[in-house]
Parts: sequence; structure tokens; C-alpha cells
Amino acid sequence: MADLDSFRSETRSWLEANCPAEMRTPMRGEKDLCWGGRHFQFQSGAQKQWLDVMASRGWTVPDWPTEYGGGGLSPAEAKILKEEMRSLGCRPPLTSFGISMLGPALLKFGNEEQKKKYLTEIARGEIRWCQGYSEPGAGSDLAGLQTKAEDKGDHYLVNGQKVWTSYADQADWIFCLVRTSTESKHGGISFLLFDMESPGVSTKPILLISGNSPFCETFFDDVQVPKDQLVGEENKGWDVAKYLLGHEREMISGMGLGSGVGTGASGVMLGPVAKPEDPLLRAEIAAFDVDALAFAAMSERFIDQLKAGEAHPAMPSMMKYAGTELNKRRNELIMAAGGSDALEWESEQSKGGKPARDWLRSKANSIEGGTSEIQLGIVAKHILRLPGA
Amino acid sequence: MMTLNEDQRLLQDSVRPFMAEEGAIKKQLRYWRDINCADGFGHSLWKQFAELGLTGIMIPENQGGAGLGSVEAGILLEEIGRNLTPSPFLTTAVAAVRALQGSALAERWFPGILAGETVAALAIEEGKHHDPANIALDARRQGNGFVLDGAKQFVVQGGSADFILVAARTGGSPNETAGLTLFAVERGAAGLEVENTQLADSSWAARLKFDKVALDADAVVGEVDNGWEPLSRALNAGRAGAAAELVGVAAGASELTFEYLKQRKQFGKLIGEFQALQHRAAHLYGEIEIARAASLKAAQLLDAGDEKAEMFVSVAKAKSGRVSALAVQEGVQMHGGIGMTDEHDIGLFMKREVVLSELFGSPRFHAARVAELSGY
Repeated sequence: MADLDSFRSETRSWLEANCPAEMRTPMRGEKDLCWGGRHFQFQSGAQKQWLDVMASRGWTVPDWPTEYGGGGLSPAEAKILKEEMRSLGCRPPLTSFGISMLGPALLKFGNEEQKKKYLTEIARGEIRWCQGYSEPGAGSDLAGLQTKAEDKGDHYLVNGQKVWTSYADQADWIFCLVRTSTESKHGGISFLLFDMESPGVSTKPILLISGNSPFCETFFDDVQVPKDQLVGEENKGWDVAKYLLGHEREMISGMGLGSGVGTGASGVMLGPVAKPEDPLLRAEIAAFDVDALAFAAMSERFIDQLKAGEAHPAMPSMMKYAGTELNKRRNELIMAAGGSDALEWESEQSKGGKPARDWLRSKANSIEGGTSEIQLGIVAKHILRLPGA
Repeated sequence: MMTLNEDQRLLQDSVRPFMAEEGAIKKQLRYWRDINCADGFGHSLWKQFAELGLTGIMIPENQGGAGLGSVEAGILLEEIGRNLTPSPFLTTAVAAVRALQGSALAERWFPGILAGETVAALAIEEGKHHDPANIALDARRQGNGFVLDGAKQFVVQGGSADFILVAARTGGSPNETAGLTLFAVERGAAGLEVENTQLADSSWAARLKFDKVALDADAVVGEVDNGWEPLSRALNAGRAGAAAELVGVAAGASELTFEYLKQRKQFGKLIGEFQALQHRAAHLYGEIEIARAASLKAAQLLDAGDEKAEMFVSVAKAKSGRVSALAVQEGVQMHGGIGMTDEHDIGLFMKREVVLSELFGSPRFHAARVAELSGY
């Protein structure tokens, strides 16, 4: 305990000394996130400095081993770091799919060489990754994917199309599910890594109902991928894919926790309507806050159970389902509380239509990473063991 | 840490089989109901609780108890809920013990509670909804003591209690927390009329009438006019405890239901094969996990004396009430016709849920409290 106390006070003074003042102001939205990568345009010198000092300490990925660029912190220390960053208002130095999705999968399934190369690049924010999972004909039925990777001796030749590839147009590399065998549905999938600058890769952003284009269609036309970029064994990529999906679901479930939009226990309220006059709206917000705070307790419990090895492997599905449904409800309430103010699409007072665009964006939460219905099916089958599920 | 520590796990490992065996529906709830016992619970089981050290679970060690907190009481209450075990545990060993804690009256009543011989009740409500500050029952000074006039209702196990903790007004006006005083009134006090009423779940609660009930000054719990303090302790512990019991009710009802989905056949299929039921069952499972987490969090914050405890106690009571209602409603619906029969246990869960959800404040009451504590 004494060790943890001194770790806390050292961490706090280090953060106070090293986190630039600008990086301790609240983020104004997604555009303030640091994604890293070859072409990332830093918003300011402070943003770059913050990434550099944190990366050099391994604290962009505090609980990864030091030999792969991590901080080597114990779960308890990592929790303290997180708490101290929160209490000082430090922004996350780096946000990436490399950290939240690929990294954990490589730690489990990657070979030593892959871990050294890719994890270190992720930790330093040098390479920005995107995820090549869904296809036009393989959404909820992900294992039905058709993108083909043919064995050409020293390389795979990849042909096909992915869709809903988040930020593919800004990513440097892709982790991609491909079909290496047609003999078995789940047993014919492999997990490949390759450079988005490889000849034959092209992307096309998809315009969404929110007016934004966070997702792309991604096309592969005779893309050559060196064989040492296969993760795990050939035709055993589904295991890697499922493991990674668990982490993706954990990440998405966190969105139910709200992000402090205004007052109210879980950040439902918009600034201008701090006290709802409408008793029915107040009641709805209160009912939401009960659910949101209860879910926050569940998230804390889930993380502790994961660390203690007590979490059921299908629990991320329950968390993803509950968290995303909650986030949709939260956005519905923000729209209700905002009234006609929240309908504006471009104005300055609406911050460029933030309430409405966020509301529309939230509708994807219960679709991406496996729909709510898919998650409920997983819980029914693997936790409740219901027949035929 | 939001996981149980080793001692807590050991406690769970020992009370789970004990309650499943000794506290089983057939052995306790149905038995006492079917012989029309006016207590609605068995004193012999209360004695067994005492032999296991459970009645003193929250009594300080230097007064002969285990000195444990709401987390440990919650572990036991979840099993009580799961088995619908009728007992004085929640009101006596949790709420009343917390109210008396640190007061001179602890010496008077703790030994009987430790021995499993004493049953306590809490008389707070004066209307049909939980409203603990809205108290009009009048206590005026007379000589060295007080005289009480007024009425109470929903006094759980008030007909069985050896003493009743009565919230009365010695000053201030209704709806004020200041000016309340908590009294310990012994069974058979002159002028106290007890009307024992059976509730939907076949537990018993009393309506009390106080007609010039004279009490000595030493019947005051804590300080005169400062009754809100012991009352708050009792309410926090009682609410957190009821939340844990509700989680148990939800768990028990859902376990019966999930099992039924794997046995009942219609259209030549197990009904658990139908996706319409699978998704509802999976949703229910998740909600119960969330309610359990909220209940554990509330208990931990209470035990730690954390300032956020009140908020989380309300979150836990509201959430567990809602989730438990969902569990019993889905339970009866998924059981179909058999779920409407007295012979099947699932309906008993529905009846327990409706009483427990109201006790110490409904989900609506606690959602409103969350709003108030959040400043909107």
C-alpha cells in the first residue's frame, strides 16, 4: 500500500511537471483527439509535446510490457495513473485502434518479432491502424467474409472489399480478416497486417446521416502482403478476430458512461437547460441517471473482474449491449432537453450541430462492433446456454 | 476493488448453501404462510442465524458482534432474496442495529439481537408512500419523559417486534429533518394499538396507533431533536440492504425462468430456442448484473463512509427495484399459465418484489432523490 501511495504522489508530481497546460483543458470534441500516425496534423506544439513525453515513459500504453514500448505498470498502478490523469484533467496523449484493439490481440497472438515492431510503433503513435472486418456481404455474419488471400509462395495476394473501415483514409496500416480457405467458414479465415500504401489499396469515404465520414469503403486489387505479416496461424484468424472483438466491445461499452456534457450526475444536461422545468423530462433524466450510474458501477466491477480473471468471456458482449443502448438514450435526452436549439446543423451556438450530429452518430453504436441483437445472442448462447442459440 | 475479498467470498460460500437449505421457500415462506403464522417467519430460523453469528453481523466487535458492514450484510441478503426467506434480518440486524449503534440503547437491545431472541421494527411511514422527513407523530415532553400521539403504517414485523423504533416530531414542522426524535418503544406499551396486517407477499406489517403513549427519557435513541441522524443511518443501511435483497429476488426469479426455458416444449421445440425469448432473457441477465454492481458499490461506499454513498444507495435501490420488477414480470410471462398458479414459486417472487420495492422508498422516490442530490 505504501508503495502505491508513493507511486501516486510521484505520478502526480510528474504529470503536473510534464503535462502542458493546454493539454489539461477539456477536449472540445473528437477533433482534439491525438490519433498519431505518419500524416497526423498536430493541433499544437503542446499536443505533440504531450505525446512525446508520455510515449518516452511508456505511458501511452501504461500496462504493456516495457520491451514493447509500454510502461510495465501493474493493474493497480495503471488505475492510479488513470485516476491522477482524470483528477488533473489531462487529455489522453494518444487514442488509437492500435492501442485499444490490435495491441491486445498482438500481445496474445503475435510472434516476438511482430510484437517488437508493431507494438512499439503503436506505443509511440507512429503508425495509425484501421480495422478491415466487415464486408458488403458480411456484417452481422462476419465469418461469411469473402476477401480472398491467395498463397503465392513468399506472399499473399489479396483481392476484395471491406466496408465500415473507420478512418481508413487516414490510416497507415490495416489489420484485416481474409479468406485463405473456402473449406470451412470459420476455419478458413486468417488475420493479416499490411501497409495501406501498398499498391492496389484504395479507400472511399462514406457520407453518413450525421454529415460526417468517419467510415470508408476499402478496396484491395492484387495487393501483395509478405507472409511474415500473418498473425497467428493460417486459417486460425477467427480466434484472433474474436479476441480483438472482445476488446473492441469493451471500448465501445465505455461510451455509455457519458462525457460530462453539462450538469447532472452522468452528464445528460445541456448547459442552457441546467434545471429542466418540464417534470416529465426531469423524471426521464433521473431514470437515465440511475441507469447510467449503475452502469458505471458495473464497468468498474467488470474491469476488476477482468483483472482478477473472474469475468465470463462473453461479458464484453453484455457490456457492449448495455453501454451502447445507454449512450443512445443519453443522446435522445440531450436532443429532448435541447429542444429546437439542438436541431441546428451548422450554427456557432450549436457548435456546428454537435447535439444533432452526435445523436445521429450514436445510432451506429448498437450496430458497429456487432449489433445489439448479435450481443444478446452471444449472451444467450455462451452465458445462459439457452438451447439452439 | 469491486470484487469480493477472500473473507467475503468465504461468507458467501457458507451462507449460500445454508439459505438454500434452511431458508428454502418450502421450508420457510410456504410453511409459515400455510399454517397462518401471524409472524410470517420462524423464530427458530432467527435463532439459527444467531448461532451462525449472522444476527450480529453489523454489531461492533466490542459489543459481541462481527463488526462487519453493508457489503457483508448484502451478501447474506442476496441469498435471503434468492430464497424468499422470511426473517427479521433486514429490519433488525441491519436497519435497527445501525440506528442504535453508538447510543446508550445499544447495550439494552444488542444482547437480545445477538442471541436471536429479539426482533425489532421501524415505524417511519405515516402515509402510503415513503417520505421519511414528513413526520407528524407528536412527541411532547411530560415530566422527565415524553408522550406520543399519532399513527404509523407499513411497520414491517411491527406485530412481532420486541421493540419498535419510532420516528416522532419533537420540534420543527412536517417535512423538516430537524426536530425529529427517534424513540425505542417496547412491546405492550400502554396506549399503543397494533393492527397486524398481512401483505401481498404474506409477510406481516402493522398499522400503529399511539394514544398518549408515555415514554421515559431513556427511550430516546441518540439526542432529542436530532433523530434524523440515527434515522439516516438506519435508512441508508436499510435501503442498501433492500437493494441487495432485491438483486437476490431478481436472481432467484431469473434462474427459475432460464431453467424453464430449457425444459418447456411448444411447437416441438424448447421455448428457449425462440429468439424472441432468448434476447429478452439475455437483456434481463445483463440488467441483473448491473443491479448487483450498483448494490455492491452502494454498500462499499457506505462502509467506507464516502460522501457519494447516499447517491449510490439511491441508485442501487432504484435500479434493483426496476430490475427486480423486470425479472418477476418476465418470469411470470415466460412461464405462461403455470406462472399464474399458486403451486409454482415464480409468482411468490413477484409478490415479494412488489413489497420490497416499496420498502424504504420506491424506484421513483430514489430516482427523484438522485435528481435532487445531483442538483436538478
